Amino acid sequence: MKENILIIGGGAAGMEAATQLQKMGLTPIIVEKSEHLGGHIAQWDRLFPAFHPAKDVVDQMLNQVKDVKTYLNTEVTDIQRNSDGFKAILSNNETIDAKAVILATGFDIFKAERKQEYGYGIYNNVMTSVELENFFRTGNDARINNPKKIGFVHCVGARDVKVCNTYCSKVCCTTALKQACEIKEVFPDAEVYTFYMDLRMFGPGYEDLYLKTQKDFDVKCVRGRVCEVSEDMDGKLVIKAEDTLFGKPLKMTLDVLVLMCSMEKNKSIDVIQQKLGVANNSDGFMQNKDMYLGMNGTAQDGVFVAGACTAPKSLPDTIGEARSVATQVFNYINSK
Amino acid sequence: MIIEGKQKIWADYQKDIPDDHYFYVRSCIRQAFWPGSEVTFLDITRNKLGKDFYENPYHTTCGGIAYHSDTIPQETAMTIIARQFALMKESGYENYVCSCITSFGCYTETLETWHEYPELEAKIRQYLWDSCKKEFAKPKYLAHASDIIYKFRFEIAKQMKFPLVNAKTGKPLKVVEHIGCHYSKMFPSKGFGGAEYPHVLVGMIEAWGGEVVDYPERRQCCGFGFRQYFVQANRGYSESNTHKKFESMEPYEPDLIITNCPGCPYFLDRWQYVIAEQTGKTYGKNGYGIPALTYEEVAGLVMGYDPWDLGLQMHQVAIEPLLEKMGIPYDPKQKYQGLNGKDLGQPMCPSCIKSV
Amino acid sequence: MDFGFCLSPSSHVKMDSVDLTTFNHLKETNPDINTCIACGSCTATCTAGNFTEMSFRRILLMLQRGKEEEAKKMIQRCMLCGKCTLVCPRGINIRKILLDITR
Repeated sequence: MKENILIIGGGAAGMEAATQLQKMGLTPIIVEKSEHLGGHIAQWDRLFPAFHPAKDVVDQMLNQVKDVKTYLNTEVTDIQRNSDGFKAILSNNETIDAKAVILATGFDIFKAERKQEYGYGIYNNVMTSVELENFFRTGNDARINNPKKIGFVHCVGARDVKVCNTYCSKVCCTTALKQACEIKEVFPDAEVYTFYMDLRMFGPGYEDLYLKTQKDFDVKCVRGRVCEVSEDMDGKLVIKAEDTLFGKPLKMTLDVLVLMCSMEKNKSIDVIQQKLGVANNSDGFMQNKDMYLGMNGTAQDGVFVAGACTAPKSLPDTIGEARSVATQVFNYINSK
Repeated sequence: MIIEGKQKIWADYQKDIPDDHYFYVRSCIRQAFWPGSEVTFLDITRNKLGKDFYENPYHTTCGGIAYHSDTIPQETAMTIIARQFALMKESGYENYVCSCITSFGCYTETLETWHEYPELEAKIRQYLWDSCKKEFAKPKYLAHASDIIYKFRFEIAKQMKFPLVNAKTGKPLKVVEHIGCHYSKMFPSKGFGGAEYPHVLVGMIEAWGGEVVDYPERRQCCGFGFRQYFVQANRGYSESNTHKKFESMEPYEPDLIITNCPGCPYFLDRWQYVIAEQTGKTYGKNGYGIPALTYEEVAGLVMGYDPWDLGLQMHQVAIEPLLEKMGIPYDPKQKYQGLNGKDLGQPMCPSCIKSV
Repeated sequence: MDFGFCLSPSSHVKMDSVDLTTFNHLKETNPDINTCIACGSCTATCTAGNFTEMSFRRILLMLQRGKEEEAKKMIQRCMLCGKCTLVCPRGINIRKILLDITR
C-alpha cells in the first residue's frame, strides 16, 4: 500500500507523524518552508523539566525520517481537492498528489514589541525567552554581560485581551523556571526573579522543577505582572509590578529582563488553510473536530491536524498528537 | 536605548490632521495659569503659519473639570460637549481643535462612546435640543492644539531664531517631555506616538534642536488628579507624584520641561516651590528650579517672542537661567510690567528656591 | 511654612535597597523557607491567626520586602502550637523557623 500523505511542516509534529506513517506502510511527504527539519525545537538548548538536551531528541527524530521524502525551503502554494484526494502545487513548481493532508504547521512566537510597555526593541537589555535559549545554546549575546539581577516576565502575549490572546500559552511557566535555573547555573551569584500571575506546573516532573528552582537555585518567584519597564542613566532596567501576595507595588532595577513570549498560530499557512476549508478557533489557532476524540480531525474530510497548530503545546503533547494523527490517517486510508 | 524601536512605534501611531480651517476652543484654567500660551498659539498659527483658526465667543468649558471631580454626571458633560459641537456647526467648521488635554480626553471619550452606543448619542441630541434648542454635528477631525504645533513643527523650525541649544557651548538643551494623561492613555491610537512613547512633544524638541531626556518615571502622572488637588488635605498625594518625577529626572540635569496639559506645567512648576520650602531641595543648578513650560511658550521662545509677552513671569520657577542659556535677550525691568507699562506688582521671594 | 499637607512616603517596595541580611542568614540554616508557595494553609490553621493578624506566609514576605520589624512584631502573636508545621504541604519546619527569627 503506497499512498502519499502530504505533511505540511517539518517540526516535531510533522517528523513524528511521518515516522509513524512510514512504519504503517504509507508514503509521507514532508514539505518544510525553512532550510532545516526540526522546527522551533531544533533551535532549543535544553528541554524542561529535566534539562534534557533538545539536540538528542531532534537527532533521533531526524534519524527516523531520513528515508522520508522531504522538501526543504519549499512551501505549498496551492492545493485543490479532486476525486483521488488532493493535488498540491509547491513553490518549486512540483506537484504532489496525496490521499490525505496533515497540517503540522506549528506556532509563531509572539512579537514582544507588541507589548510596548516592556520596551522590547527599545531598551537594550530586554530580551525574549527564545533569545535567552539561543544564548544557552551558543553562549553569545551582547546583552548578557555578567548580570547581577535578572527578571523573567511570564504571560507575555498570553492571558491578555490587550493583544487579543486570552489563552494560556501552557509551556512558558515551566520554560521560565527552567531558564531561571539555567541562568543561575551560568551566573551563580546573580539574583533571579520571576514575575508570574499563576504558576502552571501541570506535567510530570514540573512541580519538582519548581521545588528545585526555589530550593536549589534560590530563584525568587513574585506573584504579579510587570506593568512598566524603563531605562535608567546606566542603561539598567527599572521595572514596576505589584507583589500581589504582599499587597504592595514593587520597584526594582535589573540588568536583564526576559520576556516569556507566548505561542501564536503560524500565520504563514493561512492561505492554504483557507483553501482547505479549515477554520480558526476563538484563540486564532486551527479548529479541530473536537478536543476529545476528534483532536486530529478537522471539518474537512481527509484534512488532519497535529501539534501546536491547534493550541499551544509542549513537546510531549506534540509527539503524542503526531502519533495519534498517524493512526487516524491510517484508519482513514483503510476505510476508503 | 534603541531609537529605531521608538521610531517604529511613532510610525505606527500617526493620525490625519487637516491642513487648515480649524474651530478652536480654549481651556478653562490655562488662561489663568499661563495667559500667554493660547494667545501665542493663535498668533503663531494665524499670523506666522497663515492658518484659519476661528473662535466662537459663546463657547464654554467642556465640563471636564467637573466630570473629573465627580460633580456632574457623564450625560451632563456630554451635553456641554454637544453644545460646543453645535457652535462649531453653526460657525461652518468641521475641524475641532481644543487647547486642553482633559478636554481632548473628554471629546475623544464622548465620540468613542457615541460610536459604541448610538442610543446615548440620540439621548444627548435630545438633551441639547431640550436645553438649548441647538443641533450638533460631530467634528470630522478632532485634534489637540499640540497636534497642530506637532504637524507644523518643521515650518516653525524654519522661522526659528533661538533653537533649543545652549548658545555658549553649542550643545543641545536637555529637555524632559511630559504628556498629559488624558492625551493618549485612555485611547492610545488618538495620540501621536501612542501612549507608552508619545511623539507629540518629542517631535517638537527634535525639530527645534533639543535633546530628549527619557528617564525612568517619564510615564508617571504629574499627580494633579483633580479630586486629589482640589481637597487641601489630599494635596500631599499630588505633590508626591511630582516629587517622584523630579527625583527620577534629577540625575539627567534637564534644562527644561515641556508639557501639553493645563495642569501638568502648573504642578511641575508650583510643586518645585513647595518641595523646596518643605525639604530645602531644588532640582535646577545653583538653587534654581527646572522651568516647566507649555509647548506654545517653547514655540514662542524659539521663534523669538519676548519672554514677558509669552507670560513667562507667571512661572514660579525663574526662567532667566534658561533665557541666558538659549541666548534670548530680555529686559529684567519689564518682567513685572503689564501692557502699557502698568506695574503688575512683584511676588514675594520664596526662601528656598531662587525666583530671579 | 505649613501648607496643610506634606509629601507622602511612596508605598513602593524598593527592592534595590531592601536589606536581606536576616532572611539570608535564616536561609542558611533553614533552606526550606525558599519553598513556600503562598498557599496560606499556615495562616488558615493558625491558632493566633484566628484572632490576630498573625500569618507566617506574610512574615516570610515581610523579611524579603524590608519589613523586618513588623515581622518580628507579628511573631509575638505565635503560640508555638505547631499546627502550621503540621499542615504545610511543602514540609517547611515553620515552628523552628519562627523560633529562629526571634533568636
